[in-house]
Amino acid sequence: MAIRRAMSGRIMDRTAVFGARYMSSWWRSVQPAPKDPILGVTEAFLADQSPDKVNVGVGAYRDDNGKPVVLECVREAERKIAGNLNMEYLPMGGSVKMVEETLKLAYGENSELIKEKRIAAVQALSGTGACRLFADFQKRFFPDSQIYIPVPTWANHHNIWRDAQVPQKTYHYYHPESKGLDFAAMIDDIKNAPNGSFFLLHACAHNPTGVDPSEEQWREISHHIKAKGHFAFFDMAYQGFASGDPEKDAKAIRIFLEDGHHIGIAQSYAKNMGLYGQRVGCLSVLCEDEKQAVAVKSQLQQLARPMYSNPPVHGALIVSTILSDPDLKKQWLKEVKVMADRIIGMRTALRGNLEKLGSPLSWQHITNQIGMFCYSGLTPEQVDRLTNEFHIYMTRNGRISMAGVTTGNVKYLANAIHEVTK
Amino acid sequence: MEYLKPMEPTRIHSNGDSLFQDITLAPDIPVYATTAAYSKDPCPNKLHLGIGVYRTEEGKCHTLNVVKQVEQTLANDLSADKEYLPITGMPEFNKLSAELMFGSGSPAIKESRVVTVQCVSGCLSLRVGAEFLAKHYHRHVVYLPEPTYGNHPNLISAAGLTLKTYRYYDPKTLVLDFQGLLEDLGSALTGAIVLFHACGHNPTGVDPTCQQWEQIRQLVRQRGLLPFFDCAYQGLVSGNLDDDAQSIRMFGCDGGECLVAQSYSKNMGLYGERIGSLSIVCKTADVARRVESQLKLIIRPLYSNPPIHGAAIVTAILKDRDLYKKWTNELKAMRDRLVQVRRQLYDSLCNKGTPGDWSHIIKQVGMYSFTGLNKDEVDFLTREYHIYMSSDGRINIGGLSSKAVPYFADAIHDAVLSSLPSSTLA
Repeated sequence: MAIRRAMSGRIMDRTAVFGARYMSSWWRSVQPAPKDPILGVTEAFLADQSPDKVNVGVGAYRDDNGKPVVLECVREAERKIAGNLNMEYLPMGGSVKMVEETLKLAYGENSELIKEKRIAAVQALSGTGACRLFADFQKRFFPDSQIYIPVPTWANHHNIWRDAQVPQKTYHYYHPESKGLDFAAMIDDIKNAPNGSFFLLHACAHNPTGVDPSEEQWREISHHIKAKGHFAFFDMAYQGFASGDPEKDAKAIRIFLEDGHHIGIAQSYAKNMGLYGQRVGCLSVLCEDEKQAVAVKSQLQQLARPMYSNPPVHGALIVSTILSDPDLKKQWLKEVKVMADRIIGMRTALRGNLEKLGSPLSWQHITNQIGMFCYSGLTPEQVDRLTNEFHIYMTRNGRISMAGVTTGNVKYLANAIHEVTK
Repeated sequence: MEYLKPMEPTRIHSNGDSLFQDITLAPDIPVYATTAAYSKDPCPNKLHLGIGVYRTEEGKCHTLNVVKQVEQTLANDLSADKEYLPITGMPEFNKLSAELMFGSGSPAIKESRVVTVQCVSGCLSLRVGAEFLAKHYHRHVVYLPEPTYGNHPNLISAAGLTLKTYRYYDPKTLVLDFQGLLEDLGSALTGAIVLFHACGHNPTGVDPTCQQWEQIRQLVRQRGLLPFFDCAYQGLVSGNLDDDAQSIRMFGCDGGECLVAQSYSKNMGLYGERIGSLSIVCKTADVARRVESQLKLIIRPLYSNPPIHGAAIVTAILKDRDLYKKWTNELKAMRDRLVQVRRQLYDSLCNKGTPGDWSHIIKQVGMYSFTGLNKDEVDFLTREYHIYMSSDGRINIGGLSSKAVPYFADAIHDAVLSSLPSSTLA
């Protein structure tokens, strides 16, 4: 206390007693929180000094030199908007232009639903923010409902619905033995859930497994969800990233729309436009008619008000600039395909290398799975060995971010995986 | 909820009632409703004094020159990427923001006792702070000043904390109800959280003096209350960033703990970028470390990590001596314009002989003035003069150009006269 008194000068002299009375912190019993399983991996990777280190942990795209990529269309858009526009508050629902263009991507360029103004949609803080806003909406208006979440799923899904205080149940999804979809069990879970349950679905490029239902399977899933009167909520964070074609990647959603579901969608531009740190996304909810859409949108805005009031402008401006300019949009589609193709190429290379090494295991799931991630089937112990012995960083569920694989490191990676699995 | 009733398995969802059948249109949020009404108004003389956004003399949106300059640099910086920031935001932004508020020589900062996290605007900084308190603090009661920023009650109660108020503004004298404040905080529940506006109180423009802040500080520490500051106008009140941070620094350097939510919306004109921070001053560095780790758990399921762009602009300005100087010059010019418009409005009303004492307009500080006009008078202004403002009588001085002052003074004059009982109009 004497040191503090000397340092703080005259204000402290008279009033030291008032500080001294409260010697211990209000937060003395706050426990250190466990590290986030995904973001903690990158922290550990950054701290590693080894020149051979490989980061296949976080789902952020890297080029073949392992470097982060800012898309050319994004740079072009940023140059257009730099410094010449005001930074005043967006409306509560966010950038109208950005939301319009974003709905076209999900629902279709010429969607009747958009023309009929049946979609309640607001700009959100990327995919996380869109999911959280929906979870809060679900809690407020369907307080007795629960959310069915696939096993496994992106870890933060659990945090989001938990913090929104919506109870969670799970449904079968991944089949560890075949490293594919546990379709029969998934359908059973859909049938056995109480009528009118809420189901979280990954629209494409399932995170973390990379296992997506086929078109026929999606049709059957849609049929059973409809029969039970369930609500389908899609998290679409990888549109364009799975096949390279955004239209193709929206197939599941379009099937559900054809079948007449009233769905909800969380969309993100983090990956497909490389706008990770800009936090740009959109939450949409399909309603019966325009009047209802206006009501639902107003309620979504009410939920956003005690969070961030109105969303950030910069990322939204980049998106709307690109998508509303035919040349920039064309360029974007090209660049998305390049990213998706590189990943598909790396899947082939990784599988090829493992087979060449004479691995006794089957690695065909690497090329069967789709999108940014590969569920390798590695155990937590094997993952730990990869990290400790080979400085290879991935999440302990064995998820490999294929975007972190390059022609430069694929052999090293294959070798290390072979070493810990042979 | 009809849809939750057990249905026959063959009932097709799309033919049944909508899930959202019973959802009603939410009430308008007042400040946005005012803006919408203003936008629709075709009158060329209309004035929007309802939302806290600083405008130029020409009534235009105001992007600071230093910000435009930095944006050009950022757009041309090929080495910068758009990767995710850490959950707690840009480290350099956090460090510089803490120094801006607490002072670079702050013992608390030097002793690593301050945890600062970038949040998505001042609003989310408040919300994250409130969520932290709801989870980790033993007392779930927050005292808000009466009146306060319209969104404070929403932000605090959304985290599940209970609201109470303390007297702050005396509508009869139009100044701080200091006695009332001391009494209410003096009888507050021990350990309760108390929200303070660091400077430029919104909506009243009434701030405690330095001496009054010291008395408040002593009372707060004596009663073991936990102070939570909202700092959204640093630099816009006195024109000096350090002076405007005095209240925070008093609490930050007395060895006790506090929370501070900060926004760069107004003082750097970065409204739409949603850039702000939450700081928690802790007793020890070890506690600060643990607190930071828990803040991450709260943030991750809200938005995962904050947006880069606003943080990049702020950091560039705060860390470069020339840009910082440019910024402080522009800030001072903005503040001086606010003072000058206040004086002009006061002089106009005095010259017109408008009934009443209007000195509060020049005594109040910051972006807002609580004019003292009542709801009827405000409605009159809107109806007859197409002037849009908050129904509580608050005007945004930042939205008033000197050219528009005569018109506004006329309007107030008329409104006041029209609401006087006719016998007084002699």
